[in-house]
Amino acid sequence: MRRLLALAVGTVAGLVALFAYPTSRNATVEPSGSAVEAAPATQGDGSASSSADGSSDGSTDAAGGPDSTSGAASDGASGTTAADGTYTGAAVDTRWGPVQVQIVVQGGRITSADAVVYPDENGHDRQINAYAIPLLDESAVSAQSAQIDLVSGATVTSQGYVQSLQDAIDQAFS
Amino acid sequence: MTAVVTAPAPRRAWVEQVMGMPWSIHVRGAGAHDDVTARLVAAAFDEVRRLDALLSPFRSRSELSRLRCHEITLETCGRELRDVERLCRTALVRTQGWFDAWRWRDGFDPTGLVKGWAVARAARVLEPLACDVAVDAGGDLAARCVDADATWLVGIEDPADPSRLLATVPVGTGAVATSGTAARGSHIVDPRTGAPATGVRQATVVGPSILWADVFATAAVARGTSAVEWVHGLHGTSGVLVLDDGTTHTWSNPV
Repeated sequence: MRRLLALAVGTVAGLVALFAYPTSRNATVEPSGSAVEAAPATQGDGSASSSADGSSDGSTDAAGGPDSTSGAASDGASGTTAADGTYTGAAVDTRWGPVQVQIVVQGGRITSADAVVYPDENGHDRQINAYAIPLLDESAVSAQSAQIDLVSGATVTSQGYVQSLQDAIDQAFS
Repeated sequence: MTAVVTAPAPRRAWVEQVMGMPWSIHVRGAGAHDDVTARLVAAAFDEVRRLDALLSPFRSRSELSRLRCHEITLETCGRELRDVERLCRTALVRTQGWFDAWRWRDGFDPTGLVKGWAVARAARVLEPLACDVAVDAGGDLAARCVDADATWLVGIEDPADPSRLLATVPVGTGAVATSGTAARGSHIVDPRTGAPATGVRQATVVGPSILWADVFATAAVARGTSAVEWVHGLHGTSGVLVLDDGTTHTWSNPV
């Protein structure tokens, strides 16, 4: 699924994939407003960085729905740049349901790219969580009794490694 | 397909000490014990050693050390160091200044980013292998699986007791990076003051990129308690924070 989504987003400028992300946990479309020039109709803090901005970005509701256009004038009348507006890519079927990527173009630049998940037949929105939430081990089980493959911890120096969990696992397979 | 009881897939592990830490490479699958596998693994370690020679701040004649003492300029450096420097500038922006390769030791020191970047490069050497592969450098790892349903089960160390696990997370193809203040020799500072970071004892980020998981985990520790809210903006990641008071905070963000 991740590859399909990456393909869908990949049709948009690669730069956008770096600097513009879906802004919220819910499934509504919210242009992330990362334009350096004039702010779009919805909120935007004007920052050029990614979605890892302060949390306030995520909670603002979008003013525009999927078909709204956010800019009237277009710089690209000659056809060499895209007219301002919101563009929605074809729906791609994934095992979580159909996914579409929607971009907002302003001043000839893509200012946001959002992956929109449409509700399934039951009307419940489905989220795509690419990675599982870590499962807290309340009993702080010793590593020996858990069938783990690898260990992630704060940097292990070569001196401390000898007693480390990872060392035990490595030895089992060396 | 009939259900068949199968033995666990063949698996082999190699460990070498590079960059002052143990690097583990695990290969799981039919080819785990093949000679070609062993040769590719050796080539992966060779690449990491090559990068260490170029970029170690502890080697006086590395390209990084010569840059740091102004013997050479960035423009005359090789591709690797220029790439790393550019990535550090991107990391500075993407973490709103909380990952700052210029403000934790005197001068420019990309060490905090080089480890994740080197793990990715080692993993790339191993890409031709038609097996499940994992590269773990001192607790930061990149993994991939051939089948969509296969996973590596990753245990996250309890910062209060490294012989115990805080949590587990299954990873198919992706990365897990953990930064913390508890480990001996941890150098994560608040870039604004230069003082050791407080508030977050350990941060683990799970995501598609080991380089960015490493950067984000480091930035989360540098941020302190503001990381609790910040991580919810890291789309396409999951993870767990352990605060100084022992409370834990997990997340899994949609793409």
